[in-house]
Parts: sequence; structure tokens; C-alpha cells
Amino acid sequence: MMRKLTGKIAVLTVMLIFTACSPTQVPAQMLINGAGATFPNPIYQKWFAEYAKVDPSVRFNYQSIGSGGGQKQILAGTVDFGASDGPMSDASLASAPGKILHIPTVAGADVVTYNLPDNPQLKFDGQTIADIFLGKITKWNDPRIAGQNPGVKLPDSDIVVVHRSDGSGTTYIWVDYLSGVSKEWESKVGRGTSVSWPTGLGGKGNEGVTGQVKQTPGAIGYVELVYAKQNKLPFADIKNAAGEYITPSIESITKALATAQIPDDFRFSMVNPPGQGAYPISGTTWLLVYETQKDAVKGKKLVEFLNWAITQGEGMASALDYAPLPDSVQQRVLERIKTIKY
Amino acid sequence: MQTVATAQDTTALPGRHLTQRRFGDPAFKWFTTLMALSVFVLIVLIGYKLAQGSQLAMRKFGWHFLLSSEWDPVSEKFGALPFIFGTLISSLIALFIAVPLSIATAVFITELAPRWIRQPLTLFIELLAAVPSVILGLWGIFVMVPWLHEHLFRWLRGTFGYLPLFQGPDYGSCMLAGGIILAIMIVPIITSVSREILRSVPGLQREAAYALGATRWEVTRLAVLSYARKGMFGAVILGLGRALGETMAITMVIGNNPQIKTSLFAPAYTLASVVANEFNETTGSMYPSTLFEIGLVLLGVTVAVNALAQLLLKTFAGPGMKRQH
Repeated sequence: MMRKLTGKIAVLTVMLIFTACSPTQVPAQMLINGAGATFPNPIYQKWFAEYAKVDPSVRFNYQSIGSGGGQKQILAGTVDFGASDGPMSDASLASAPGKILHIPTVAGADVVTYNLPDNPQLKFDGQTIADIFLGKITKWNDPRIAGQNPGVKLPDSDIVVVHRSDGSGTTYIWVDYLSGVSKEWESKVGRGTSVSWPTGLGGKGNEGVTGQVKQTPGAIGYVELVYAKQNKLPFADIKNAAGEYITPSIESITKALATAQIPDDFRFSMVNPPGQGAYPISGTTWLLVYETQKDAVKGKKLVEFLNWAITQGEGMASALDYAPLPDSVQQRVLERIKTIKY
Repeated sequence: MQTVATAQDTTALPGRHLTQRRFGDPAFKWFTTLMALSVFVLIVLIGYKLAQGSQLAMRKFGWHFLLSSEWDPVSEKFGALPFIFGTLISSLIALFIAVPLSIATAVFITELAPRWIRQPLTLFIELLAAVPSVILGLWGIFVMVPWLHEHLFRWLRGTFGYLPLFQGPDYGSCMLAGGIILAIMIVPIITSVSREILRSVPGLQREAAYALGATRWEVTRLAVLSYARKGMFGAVILGLGRALGETMAITMVIGNNPQIKTSLFAPAYTLASVVANEFNETTGSMYPSTLFEIGLVLLGVTVAVNALAQLLLKTFAGPGMKRQH
């Protein structure tokens, strides 16, 4: 009797599982898949949520798996768009089955944060930061730091360098900047999402770097502006190419975008731009799409979204602490979106 | 044995059940064999995929990969030695701390503790095992590391500063901090398994020892611990396995610097951590392939350490251990 009952229960369970797994009626809604950078994830999620109100017939699914993953997936064609904090290399682009366009969306900045007694407001120029991260300036009261910070009492203690241990777009912007201001950095270390650090401790993620800096007297590190602001970390003013010390802010990043040299394929670096008032350690993030879309309907929807994002969407950036593209760049990007064929 | 059982069944049960038994036993046997085999297949598949993914790196670096200390993703020069070093040493430190702690705790719970305290204590230890490693890592960086830096490391430097192990600059995040957080993570598993093994020691063993006039310590040492030695060694190996593969917690506190230093105060890096840290932002083909090879090396290190442990067990256990099984 018992066994019969058990048998029946087993059969019922199996049936239940199958019913649960069988495809339910899918509403006639198109799904566009994307994957990539984590840094712009909050603004992208905001855009997708807002865009759902504009065009309810399309739904976006974005997975923030990292820039490397975004590049790999768009190359493999497993997603409809990719996203990356660093531009794709020539070799990667050449290996793609079609022409991939870089669509810049928003920009962010790295700030220099530190842990000193009473955390005075500090100022640095690029060469000094590069030498600190190269391990050539090792004391806080080094004349090159003191010279830029008259009136600040700097301790006679060791500088403890903290960097990101995980590969990240934040690191890319940081080493891109250091390569731009220091020949020695460029030849010894170079640019990349992970590099061989000459000195210091590695912290995982913004929270890891922040943790290390907060716990270690005399530490210096870099984190995203958004993260530094939200966590009320002290951050330094940085000397730009025009010779001014600039406080990182949405405005000073947008100024950097406005004066950066931007080539037609939009694979640009915006560190150390020449303009006045521009914060020098900033970078943009890109959406990656194929110029020739395979699926006509999907392609059309994607282009409609991109147009919306670059116009309406940009207005939502500042509220989430991202710098929007200036008008001049928006116009150029819209022109480029027009070239997408479907 | 089997024939006896069948004979009994035929007499005790109606004929209908006989056919079911004939089907049931082989089915049971095949089912369990299949399950056991699937674990084996899974490991082989993982190894195969890792080897396949690391082809490119293997061809470029060869065996040199295991001996080189360079790690430069920009110029694509890779070597795994600092990571192997970091993984082995941090796990060793963890065992050094966790083994006495866990075994003493397990002995206390099973042999000495008053009955009312056993259950809560066991619960707490098992709760410790349930803390997600990323939470432990954050706690490590914000609470443990500053405390270690201020107190333990300062004391170690003052007391044992003449040893090269405790010299050099101390930033808080270092090999020793990594080992300590691993120890915290493996204490619950070693304690729980050891406790179960100690509980399975027959009461007769203890009674016999008491009857011979042994003290409590002697009973524990002679009758209980020596009886449970082999099983407890297994518990330690389980803990070691967890320590070797641990990723998130240790990457938060070890300093993540691929270097080989004598000082335990120097930052280090582990195999699992570097994969977790760098894999999602890798581009190109050589760099991800290298991380695949790091994964393969980790698998190899784990297998090698386990094999070594089995060998140690055989040597240590000696003839005296055999009669128990």
C-alpha cells in the first residue's frame, strides 16, 4: 500500500515539475540582451527602466559581467550589444565578424584618496602621483608633495600605495592617466585593466581599496568619484594640462569631455585634456554594437533606444553622479548612430 | 549474506515482491554507481576544460610558467610561482592555527563540556560555517586587519622580531592576515567532523581506560584520540581543501601582491584570488588562457596536496591503526 502511494506521489511530482518548466505564454515583447561593464550599470539600469515607459514593446536585459566579458560576448555574437570601460583593441576589432561601433554614453572619474591625520585638502600634479605609484616618492613630507601643498602639515611617515587588485575600468583610466603624464610609467608599466604594479597593496573593488586606505595611516589610493562621494572620502585636487588644480566634479569631467580630442571611431582617451577647468583623470564608457544588425526588427529597436539614451537619457546622468556627454559630442554620436544598418 | 536475505524474503513476503526485489537491488546498485561515477566524470571534465582553455598559455610558457615570478598582463609575461607560494603558505598558516583550535574544541564538546553547553556551542560553530565568505572578507578588512595591525602584529614584532618571519614593513593586509582568515573559515568544518568522529568512539573504549585507572587526560589521549586519529586526519584534509580553494575572504585581506617574501607581514597573492580578481576584465586570448592555466595549477596543487596527505596518513598511521578498520 505504502509503496503504491509513494509511486503515485513520485509520478505526480514529476508531472508537476514538467508543468512548471513548460514554456508559459510569452507576451509579445522583444528582448534585447546586453552584457559588459560594471561601472555604468546603475545608469544603464535606470535607462532601461525609464525606456520601458517610452516603448513598452521592448525589454532590455543587461548583465554587468565586466568589460572583458562584454567584449567577448559581442565578438561571439551572444548578445545584441556589449559594454566596455576601455576601448576594444585593433586586434579584437579585426577578429570580429562585422564592424563594431563604439558608442560613448557617460563619463566618470578617478579620484586620489588618502589617509592622513585630520585629512587635509591636498593637491597633486600628475608627475608626483606617478612617482608615488612608481615607488620613487616614499615619504609624505617629500619636498615635491610639500611644495604643492604650502601650509599643510605633512607627517614624516611612509606612503602606502593602494591599488585595485581586480581588473577594472577604474584602473584603466588611472594607468592611462599615469602613462599620459609620465614617460617612465608608460614604458615600465603601461596601460591595461590589470597591470604589474611597481609597489603597494591590492584591494578588491572600490570597497577593498577604500578599506585598505581607511585602515592604513599614510595610505594613498584611487577610487571612482561616485564611490568617494557616496562614502565621504577625502580626495585631492589634481593639476590639469592648463596648469590649474581642479576638484573632481560632474562639471569638471564634462569640461574634460568637451575639450578632449575625439576621433571619428570614438575610441578616445580623455585623460589630461588641454581645456581650462577640465579634471584630468577621467574616462568614458562605451556601448558596443555591430554596424550591420542581423535582425532588422531588433536593430531598429536598438537604434531607437540609442537615440533616446544619447538625448533624453543623458539628462538622467548627473543625478547618478555620472558626467553626461556635452552637446557637441552628443551630436557627433547621433550622427554615428544613423550609420547603423538594419 | 545476500542469499540468506533472499531466502528470508521469499518466505516472508508474497511472490509479487520477489520480482520487485530482483529489479530493486540491481537498480539501487546501478543508481549509486552512477552517482559516484558522476563525481569522477565531473572532475575529469573540469580538468579537461581547464587544460583546453590553457592550451595557448601552455604552448607559449611551457613548464617555465610554474617557475616564473613575473606577472605583467600588459606585456603578457606570466608566471604562477608567487601564486602557488601564496596558496600553499596561507593554507599552512591556516592549518597551523585551526588544527589545535578545532581539535581542542571538538574534544571539549564531546568529552568535557557539561551537557547544557554542548548544543549551543555546536550551534555557534556551525553558524560560523554558514557565514558567507564575502561577508567574512569585509569583516576581515574593516575589523580584523586593523585589530591585527594594532595588537597582534605589534606584539609579534616586539616578541619575535628577531625572526625573519616577522620583519619588514607591516600594512595590516598580509600573508599572516590571509592565513588567519582562512583559519577562521576552516575551524567549523574541522571541528564539526572531528566532533562526529569523537562521538563515534565506542563508550567501551573510555570505560576500559577508566577501569585501568587512567585520568581524564589519559583516557582522552589513549582511548579516544588515538582511536579517532585517522578520522580526524580526514577532517583536517577537508579543511585544507577548503583553505586551498578559498577566494573571496582571503583576497580581501592578503594584500594581493604577487611576490615571494620571507616575512609573513608582506602582502601575497593566491591562485584562486588572482582568477577571481582578473578574469572578468580579461581581453584578448593569451591573458584569459593564462588564468585558465592558473585554474589548472590550482587543481593540480589540490590533488598533489591531497595525495601527499594520504601518503602521510599511511606512514603515520602505522600498523597500530589497522586493527580499527
